[in-house]
Parts: sequence; C-alpha cells; structure tokens
Amino acid sequence: MPHRKLHAKNNQGLDLDRVPLLERDVFRKTVLESCSANARVVNLFAGLRDDGDALVFCVLGDDEQSRLHIFSTRVLKDDPSFPSLTPELPQCHLFEREMAEQFAIRPEGHPWLKPVRVISGGRPFFEIRGGEAHEVAVGPVHAGVIEPGHFRFQCAGEEILNLEIQLGYQHRGVEPLMEEAPAPRAAWVAESIAGDTVIGHATAYCGVIESLSGCPISPRANCLRAVALELERVANHTGDLGALSGDIGFLPAAAYFGRLRGEFLNLLMELCGNRYGRSFCRPGGVLFDIDARMAGDFTRRLLKAGKEIDEVADLFFTRSSVLSRLEGVGVVSHQTAKDLGLVGPAARASGCGRDVRTDYAYGMYRFCHIPISLAGTGDVHARAVVRWLESQRSIDYLIELLNKIPKGALLAPPGPLRPNQIAFSMVEGWRGEITHSAITGPGSRIVRYKVKDPSFNNWAALEQAVRGAQISDFPLCNKSFNLSYAGHDL
Amino acid sequence: METLLIALVFSPLLPGIIARTKAVFAGRRGAPLLQFYYDIHKSLRKGRVTSDTVTWIFSAAPSVLMLAAVFSSFLAPFGRLKAPVQFTGDMIFLVYLYGLARFFMLLAAWDTGSSFEGMGAGREAFFSCLAEITLFADFLILAKLSKSLSLSEMIQQSSALSWRQAGPALMMVVVSYFAVLLAENSRIPVDDPATHLELTMIHEVMALDHSGPDLGWIVYAGAMKLFVLGALLVSILIPFGTGSLFFDRALFLAGMAALGVAIGVVESVMARFRLDRVPSFLVGSFVFAVFGLIITFARGV
Repeated sequence: MPHRKLHAKNNQGLDLDRVPLLERDVFRKTVLESCSANARVVNLFAGLRDDGDALVFCVLGDDEQSRLHIFSTRVLKDDPSFPSLTPELPQCHLFEREMAEQFAIRPEGHPWLKPVRVISGGRPFFEIRGGEAHEVAVGPVHAGVIEPGHFRFQCAGEEILNLEIQLGYQHRGVEPLMEEAPAPRAAWVAESIAGDTVIGHATAYCGVIESLSGCPISPRANCLRAVALELERVANHTGDLGALSGDIGFLPAAAYFGRLRGEFLNLLMELCGNRYGRSFCRPGGVLFDIDARMAGDFTRRLLKAGKEIDEVADLFFTRSSVLSRLEGVGVVSHQTAKDLGLVGPAARASGCGRDVRTDYAYGMYRFCHIPISLAGTGDVHARAVVRWLESQRSIDYLIELLNKIPKGALLAPPGPLRPNQIAFSMVEGWRGEITHSAITGPGSRIVRYKVKDPSFNNWAALEQAVRGAQISDFPLCNKSFNLSYAGHDL
Repeated sequence: METLLIALVFSPLLPGIIARTKAVFAGRRGAPLLQFYYDIHKSLRKGRVTSDTVTWIFSAAPSVLMLAAVFSSFLAPFGRLKAPVQFTGDMIFLVYLYGLARFFMLLAAWDTGSSFEGMGAGREAFFSCLAEITLFADFLILAKLSKSLSLSEMIQQSSALSWRQAGPALMMVVVSYFAVLLAENSRIPVDDPATHLELTMIHEVMALDHSGPDLGWIVYAGAMKLFVLGALLVSILIPFGTGSLFFDRALFLAGMAALGVAIGVVESVMARFRLDRVPSFLVGSFVFAVFGLIITFARGV
C-alpha cells in the first residue's frame, strides 16, 4: 500500500504536503498492520494546525529493510478522541499518554491514561491488597547523586510483584523552548536535554536544522562528529560498567572503570574544551578540529585505554561472585523487548539487533561501518556484556577514523529554514536511538519540535525486568539500564 | 578495665584499616586511618533531628547498643589478656548481650515506620538467627576442647593446648567464625557498609533516621562489636604468650590489625552476595562448625 505511507530517510527534509493524511481508521490499521509485520513505532507525536485541529504523525521504522515511513491523521478540535493503539500495540502506551498530556487528545481505550510529566495533585498508582503484601515508595529524592524520580514497588516480602515509575520531576519544557529559542540558544538547549548525552542530542538537533535548510556537511565535520559521539559512548559505557561493579560491592573494577571513564572524558575535553562535549556540534558542522599530532596522540591513548578496559573487564567478567550477581537478574525477554519497542544496548542485550548507526546510517556511518553488538539473555549480565563489546568496537572505530580524517571545511553555516517542511534526525546515542523531528510553518519558523530520548522507550522495560526479582536487586537492574530522567522528562 | 580501655581506644582503628586495605586494592590513596575517630567525634558534637512519630525506643536504642558494646568488652579475652569478668556460661551472656542490642535496634527501625528500615530490620532478624547457631556450635567445640564454660578459659586453653591435637577442629572454628564475624558486622559479602542504596542495605538502613550523637554512638558501638568479636578470633589464632605483658598486648594488637587487613582483602576480591544467597552462606558456615563438632566429639579430645 504505497499510497498510505511516505518513504523517508534519516536526516531528510520533506514537504509537509507530501506526508499522507489518513482517515483515523486507516491510520490505525496501517500502524497495526505494519507493526505486526516487521516495523516498529519510532515516533508518534502530535502537532497543532492553525485551525486548532491536531495532526498526529506516526513514524514507523522497518529495521531490516532500513526504511522509515511517515504518515499522519487529523484529530478534530471538537471531537478530540481517537481509538488507542496501546491495547494492540503496547509500545505506543507512553507516546499516547504524552499526546494526551500535550494536546488534550483522548486515546479511547488506553488502559492507563495518566499524565507523563506534569506533576500536580495526586497520581493514581497500581494497588495491591493482602496481608503479606507491602508497598515501598522510593524517591523522588534519592540517596545518591542522581536525578529525581518516584518508584512505587508492590512487594511480597523481598519479591517485587509490580513496579510503577512516575517521572516528570525534571520537566523543563524543552520542546517549546526549542521552538521559541533563537538558533544559537537552541543548540545550547539541545545539549542540555540530557547532561550525559550532549553529543548525541546536539548531533540530532544539527541533523534536523541541516535537513530543514538543505545545508550540506563536509565529510570532515561528519567524521569529527562521529569521533565525538563514539568517545561519548565509550566514556558512558565504561562508567556504567564501573557503576555496576560498585553496586555489587566489587571495588577494584569500580575504581578502574571509573578512572577509565575519566580518560575518555579527558579526550573530549581536549577536543572541545568540555568534558561532556558541549559546544562541539553546531548546525553546519563542528567548532573544533583535530590536527595530525592530536590524532596520533588520541590513537595512542585510545589503544592504551582499550587494553586497560580489556584487563579490567577480564577481571570483572570472570569472577564467579560477580557473575552470580549479574546472571539471570532483571531479564527482559526478546518478545518483551520487541513488544515494548526497546532501543539501544537494552534492546541489543535482548537479541534485538537495532542500531541506528547500521539500520539508518547517517554521516560518517555510511562510509565506515561498525558492527552491531548483540547478546541474547536479556539480563543484567547481557546488558553489561553489550556495553563492553560496544566499548571495544567503538575504540577500534575511533582509531580507524582518527587515522583517515577526510579533508573539508569545519563549518558551513546553514541558510534559512525552508517553509512547510518536516524533518527527522535519528542518532544512535550511547543509550540508544535519539529522534529529533521538526516542522516548519509558512514563515520558515519551527512550529513544532519533537524530541525523543531513548529513555522514553526504555523505562517501561525496567518495570518489566524487575517483576519477580528481589527488591534488593532493583538498584542493580536500574543501573544496568542507566536511563535518563531528564531525557524522559524533557 | 584494661580490656574496656583497649576496646574503646583501638576499635575505630579497625574499620579504618579495612577501608585503607580496600583503597589500596582499588588503586586509591584512601581515607586516613583515623577517619572513623574523626567521624565519631564529628557526630557526637552535632545536634540530633528526631521524627515526630517515634517513641522513646528510638532514642534508647543507641544507648543500649553502646552499653552492650561496653559490657561485652568485659567478657572477652584479648589475646593472653584474660577477661575481667568471667563466670560459667558467660559466652551465652555475651551472645545475648548483642542480641539485646539488636532487639532494640530492630524495634527502633520499625518504630520509624519507614519501609526501608522495616525491610532492613527483617533481614537483620533473619540472618542473625542463622548466624547464631553457628556461633553456638563454635562455642560448643571450644568448650569441649577446653572442658570449660567460661569464654577466657575456653579460648585461651583450647588454642594453647589444642592447635597440635585438634588443629582440624579449630580450623573449622576459625573458618565458620570468620564467616559469622563478617555477617554480624555487616561486611561484604553479606552486607555492603559502603553502599548508599537503601534497598540493598541490611544493617546501615536501620540507622538511617538516627542523626548526630545517636549516629555517633551507633557507629562507635559497631566498631566495638567488630573489635570484641574479632578479638575472640585473634585470641584463638595466637596460641602462645610471649611471657611479657607488653609483648602479649603488642602481639594481640598486631593480630587485630592483620584481621582488619584480612577483612579488607575479602571485601576487595569478591562481590557481595545476592541477598537470597546469604542464608546459604550462613548455613554453609554452620556446616563447617558441624564438621568441627563431629571431629571433636568423635575423637573425644
């Protein structure tokens, strides 16, 4: 049914008129049919039209075919309801809750339609009754230096029967800010969406702006962006392995992984003057260059750090007391991962080979390929192993890139945005698939900016992973996902 | 009195040694050896914040803990140094002195009404039950070897006479007692004294609502408990006296320092158990003690 769906590419600007506008029933049928085949919901979001009606856009991704499809439907102002997809397609549940919160659209038949981010008054929570059952409420203020979020456990003794996560405490209104902010400031806002995914979100933002203005990026800038993105990935993955070691009380690995994370952050620091990579990516290219001497120095230090990671990982992954803590804990089955539409290392740990760098290759990843790292068991151990594999492969990839940085200008400032366009940018951040979408109005202004952090897909997996687990293992499961609160709350 | 003084003065050094050992393993410089003295001093000078909903039990628990720690130091032999208070069955008194302290700590934890503290208290109650039987099995072996029912006699006689005659049984005592020592003092692999994750804690979580001097006393009492229980192990392991009072004491303190290093090494080379594996660990220690019992009674020594 080609007329029903528009084929789109990653980092491509499209005329808004070309996006098919389907009847509500056809829209629903198209989503369900495609998803019962091989597709998954990459993004589902609404935007307001001038006449007050809402447009719901759906972006489906067929990972095997590397195809993106986009189509939309209209929800009338006077009758703001549409049949919910969630009962048939659980991966839509948070998208629909988000739309209901943002635009007063009512997904009829949604099983648990409560607000996502706006905290006011009481919230309904799942309840459990019985003499042996008890509830544990954790947060939103936590003991460690982490972000706020509320976790409500229903337990029987030490066993978790259900966990419900209520977030939204970090809601800053990122999307309206991105629409209103002048271009230089919008880049700063994008870098602040999730403090540990600066490069990821900045690259996605740049992708959107460049697609909307039709601005070509030099190969050199693309390569440098990939270098920064992979550095961010290795830094966070090694940091996560260290945090996992810390949680199970395995001190030496915690200390060494923690130090190695610093090595990678230091490389980012030398690249752009900020340990988290702020002010590196800007629409049109990058602001900092790597010369030959620096590339040689980076290569040498990456080789050394890579060797050290292998040594520590060898210590970590062979110790039986460590394995007994990681194996079989917090299992997300392959089917659950597919049903919930997981992305990133969490999906790859459950055997879903999804990786934007391969499936929807963009920039440098079209020329230099990176293998997908997979594990099958879906437990904490699998998520740790995927992180280790990806760190190794990222380091190899970095060394490959650093040795052949192409020539070209660093920055070519983009022109004005084209009117009435929709653009999409997907980036494989270290946590998974980051999606930024933007729609321009007739006056070339951005009228709708949509951000989707991978945490938005993956928080639900944590709720599933801890069912039936020991409550004392929850921090470990949580760390194995290491999701962003700010990225979810926007 | 001397045992009390030694325990009061040296006990906060022991966790300092453990922390330093762990730091060395992690490639860090680590906190000063005297850090726990500073921490206790700091806590004792602070004010306290108490929840409106708690009763007197909450405030009484730290005092009971500290008193139990002080009394226990009268009952235990420190190397060749005999305990100032000895009577038949004093080891039972020692065990239940700590039992009393634990009882008050559990009540204080439940008193707060916090779900974290309630879970921690439940875990503590369960695990200490399992640790207790091992402890008594060990005492039974020592009593049989020394033909005495008083702690100082039991330990000093059996270690002085029997390492050659009943080495295997004593070895079983040492292994199982070390496991209990780790469990009773909330060390890795049973508990993690360094974690900040309330959901995983056992002992620490019960003190979450105590602040200022209350917390200071709890930390101090914890250090003294580790010292006194550790002293029993060190006394078993040092089977001879040097003949000089000074060297006996020096040898004992060196032994305690070595114990601190040993605990630090254990904490560095292994991860913490999953919580539902802790009972197996404790039952395993009991099995060791039972083997010791069988050897002792079968050989009739």
